[in-house]
Amino acid sequence: MSRYILDARNLLCPMPVIRTQDRVKALNTGDILEVQCTDPGALNDIPAWCRVHGHEVMATNEDAEGVVVILRVTTSTPT
Amino acid sequence: MTTNAQNQAKAVALISGGLDSMLAARVVKDQGVHVEGLNFFTGFCVEGHTHAIRNHDRKRPKRNNALWVAEQLGIKLHIIDVIEEYKDVVINPRHGYGANLNPCLDCKSFMVGKARQWMQAHGFDFIVTGEVVGQRPMSQRRETFPVVQRESGAGDLLLRPLCAKLQSPTAAERNGWVDRQSLYDFSGRSRKPQMALAAALGIEDYAQPAGGCCFLTDATYSRKLNDLWQSRGKKTYELDDIMLLKVGRHIRPRPHFKLIIARDAGETNYLQGYRHRFSHLTMTSHNGPLTLIEGDINESEMALAARIAARFGQGRDANRVTFDAVLGRGDPVPLCIQPLPSSEIPAQWYV
Repeated sequence: MSRYILDARNLLCPMPVIRTQDRVKALNTGDILEVQCTDPGALNDIPAWCRVHGHEVMATNEDAEGVVVILRVTTSTPT
Repeated sequence: MTTNAQNQAKAVALISGGLDSMLAARVVKDQGVHVEGLNFFTGFCVEGHTHAIRNHDRKRPKRNNALWVAEQLGIKLHIIDVIEEYKDVVINPRHGYGANLNPCLDCKSFMVGKARQWMQAHGFDFIVTGEVVGQRPMSQRRETFPVVQRESGAGDLLLRPLCAKLQSPTAAERNGWVDRQSLYDFSGRSRKPQMALAAALGIEDYAQPAGGCCFLTDATYSRKLNDLWQSRGKKTYELDDIMLLKVGRHIRPRPHFKLIIARDAGETNYLQGYRHRFSHLTMTSHNGPLTLIEGDINESEMALAARIAARFGQGRDANRVTFDAVLGRGDPVPLCIQPLPSSEIPAQWYV
């Protein structure tokens, strides 16, 4: 299990979701990914993407610096 | 219909986030087909961006409708970045534009074509769209349906469940992957059949029907894109270009430069991220918006730009307004000007 950080700051949705999706494809089950964003929409969109693909959202946070979503890859995604 | 997982048919559905594609995917899924969704990001999608940028839009509930639909349907959704490939659709549409710069027929063929590639790469059996014959004047007509099938390469692997009974049977029906009798015969511009079906399926919440989801159908946005092409003498764009067309007032006082003036604090904040790439003006004597200047300008033209920009700050009626002016990649220089009277800003300067 490894932990990674994805810098998706200064991207507008859905680009943070697309970057997350592409990054998760290269990870293994159990890996943790911290996604850093500035678009507040990511606070809803990345967890929604996780839910439809079966990944676990471990934590979300929004402050003046932006949005952070921490997810755990819980399933392989063959498609 | 096949329900055994090993033999279960698999369909890829184009999911826009609107009602029609939601219903189409649901109808097919309800027949026991494994459905996954595709959503394409072209750069022109209305979804999300203005929410993220403008103050008043940020207060509205925010959701990505395509993801929301996927969650309601219990299907996976794959969002595909097609920004680069889509340029050719916008710049060189074989079938021309609609009322604005919307190349709807080429766009539909492109997206179904991308879905066909995805389907083949992932071992899926057919493609589902929410098209309804007669619904859209350019891309959803009886005459254009075969064009999309032909130009996308999908042929009869494309199923349109909402109007399938008005079409010849496709592979999905002939192979027994779906039951033709359980599909629909919707046609025309009325939304009532879709709303009735949604109610029958227990779908109460969905994005507003027939709402535009693409900036290219918007007259103002199309005018700005056309202006961009004319000013450059060629039809090209990068993602940042088309993003900036969504933001601010655009005023072109001379053919070789234009001002992009933020309309609120949210837009000023957004444009801050671009200011290092443009000459720009920051109002210092009064509250006022950030102004970017696209195009090469000299000091005299910078003064004209400042006089225009001053109209949009709280110093519009003052005798003097001061800016920090940055020309090209230079350092900020104080610039004090008299705001231009509104009567001296011709309407045709507004893009």
